[in-house]
Amino acid sequence: MKLIDEYRQPELVQGVVRRIHQNSTKEARLMEFCGGHTVAILKHGIRQLLPPNIEMLSGPGCPVCVTDNADLDKAIALALLPDVIMATFGDMLKVPGSRSSLQEAKATGADVRIVYSTTDALQIARHNPDKSVVFLGIGFETTAPTIAASVLQAEQEEIKNYYVLPLHKLCPPVLEAILDSGEVKLSGLICPGHVSAIIGSKPWGVIAHHYGIPCVVSGFEPLDVLQCVDMLVAQIEKGEAKVENAYRRGVRPEGNQSALKLMEQVFEACPAKWRGIGVVPDSGLKFRQEFKRFDAELTFDIDPGPTFEPKGCICGDILRGVKTPKDCQLFTKVCTPERPVGPCMVSSEGSCAAYYLYGADW
Amino acid sequence: MSDRILLAHGSGGKLAHELIEKSFLQPLSNPLLAKLDDSATFDFSGRLAFTTDSYVVNPIFFPGGDIGKLAVCGTVNDLAMAGSSPLYLSLSFIIEEGLSQEELEKIVNSVQKATRKARVQVIAGDTKVVNRGSADKLFINTSGVGVIPEGVDISGSNAKPGDKVILSGTIGDHGIAVVSQREGLSFSSKLKSDCAPLNELVSQMLEVSSQIHCLRDPTRGGLATTLNELARQSRVNIRIEEEKIPVPEEVSAACEMLGFDPLYVANEGKLVAIVAPEEAETVLNQMRQNIYGKEAAIIGEVGQEHPGRVAMKTRLGASRIVDMLVGDLLPRIC
Repeated sequence: MKLIDEYRQPELVQGVVRRIHQNSTKEARLMEFCGGHTVAILKHGIRQLLPPNIEMLSGPGCPVCVTDNADLDKAIALALLPDVIMATFGDMLKVPGSRSSLQEAKATGADVRIVYSTTDALQIARHNPDKSVVFLGIGFETTAPTIAASVLQAEQEEIKNYYVLPLHKLCPPVLEAILDSGEVKLSGLICPGHVSAIIGSKPWGVIAHHYGIPCVVSGFEPLDVLQCVDMLVAQIEKGEAKVENAYRRGVRPEGNQSALKLMEQVFEACPAKWRGIGVVPDSGLKFRQEFKRFDAELTFDIDPGPTFEPKGCICGDILRGVKTPKDCQLFTKVCTPERPVGPCMVSSEGSCAAYYLYGADW
Repeated sequence: MSDRILLAHGSGGKLAHELIEKSFLQPLSNPLLAKLDDSATFDFSGRLAFTTDSYVVNPIFFPGGDIGKLAVCGTVNDLAMAGSSPLYLSLSFIIEEGLSQEELEKIVNSVQKATRKARVQVIAGDTKVVNRGSADKLFINTSGVGVIPEGVDISGSNAKPGDKVILSGTIGDHGIAVVSQREGLSFSSKLKSDCAPLNELVSQMLEVSSQIHCLRDPTRGGLATTLNELARQSRVNIRIEEEKIPVPEEVSAACEMLGFDPLYVANEGKLVAIVAPEEAETVLNQMRQNIYGKEAAIIGEVGQEHPGRVAMKTRLGASRIVDMLVGDLLPRIC
């Protein structure tokens, strides 16, 4: 397939792998921020191709995984309200909250519908004027602009029954929070490709300059990831720390300005609670005053009840890069994709699910 | 008469009789069905294969087929995967009130066409109509019997180390064709479901080889799930090569977009055969003569270590585990 096959060509891949082996002499600990990268790395067996002095750590870049249990409970409570249709991306359906999941809520009568985009959610709102349609606003900078666009569209068309539960999160601030904690020492960062397509490569400058960590933006094909690792290795060997872009076909330094403007118009930054990481200032998005009527949490009266964290689950540590799924006692024994205990086992981009599905050596 | 199916059509009374006569008996007519006794009766000799399946696909019409064609092909294929020649089917319709007569007619028509193509007869049937909301337009159950030729012994537990794994064609067509039509996810695609009866292909394969150990059609759960089932049943491992598996470009593209893995996407007209190595090429060549096996390929082989596991050599030369599908395929966020 065009634009895919070129980036999976074995000969090209082998060439880059050879160069990495030749150039890499120092111990290097690289974090792939994004769950999409974790999946790509494990699915294509990229770890097996790297020299042993390069360690790969998974980061917090899975929007499903970092959603706080209390927020999931809110979503489930909203879905259970009569006359509410909950529209959500598919990944969210199976994630367990404190007591149940959207999937279980659906089985008990909640109207939960999987959509691929906010356009589809708006369409459901148009077709069901007597119901309230709540879009579960999960995701990073990648999905936030589309949600902003749907809100503006709803306003323009005067669609009165469309709401959003805004749980969006922003990537650079959480990475700073993790690095500030000092728990993880990184030699390089594989910056998320899709997020950077929106925000650009520039915002990673703070990580390179302030924390002295080499940053390279990467796409999601094997050749993208390996080229990124190659560029990181080159910086590490030279003792440099700068932002480079190995995903030029998708990412510009200044990002997607129209998407950023939409986001800016509808949302403003706010503190957000990340699972396993805690509250991080300016890492969430809330509706600006003039769009508050779209906020489902402010509109509907819900009581999600007390929040519980699953016992023994170390998703939080895994999301911070402090531990890997193999360090978890529940992994593959109690916690499996069939009966997930924590969110990292549920999401297709979660580290635990990726290790479970593609990790050959467990 | 209303052009929609009403609860009264399922009452067993006059309307019900009219519906059965006009919509089912006429298009599907054959002597065994026409007797209209409480059971169909027939003679046979030899070993029988017997199977049942229910069809609840949404939407009921999709590119390349509909629920009627699927209900026939699905059961015919299950019979064929036991090495049997399918003979007779039962056909049971559970209709949600309000389904249009026209849609019902179309579906029965494609049942008729599919049975003709697969050379099977519907010899028993039932129709129920349920309240709106109690079913989703139409559910169909088909059961079927087939007769197994002398000397044929095919089972998921027969795979042996050294055997070759043959796939009859491209994967993912059906699943992606159906998903492309679904509310909330629809996108335009030229893909058609691969829904097709495979009994002729199977009988041609059996003609040239007595060393076909397993046959299975990778329907829901896709190729990955089928291979896992076979590996577990036969207590062997199966190693496949990513490069050898034919995936249509449209399927790859849709999977990239939706976050699916083609290995887990449903097929309705493909089969996996596990064959002794010395006869694999013969079987493969024979398969390629049939329209439903044109793109057949040897995609891997059976091994001894790690029984129950399936591993895949990726295009890059690394290897990874291929597990069963868990739950439903759900589109991802980003």
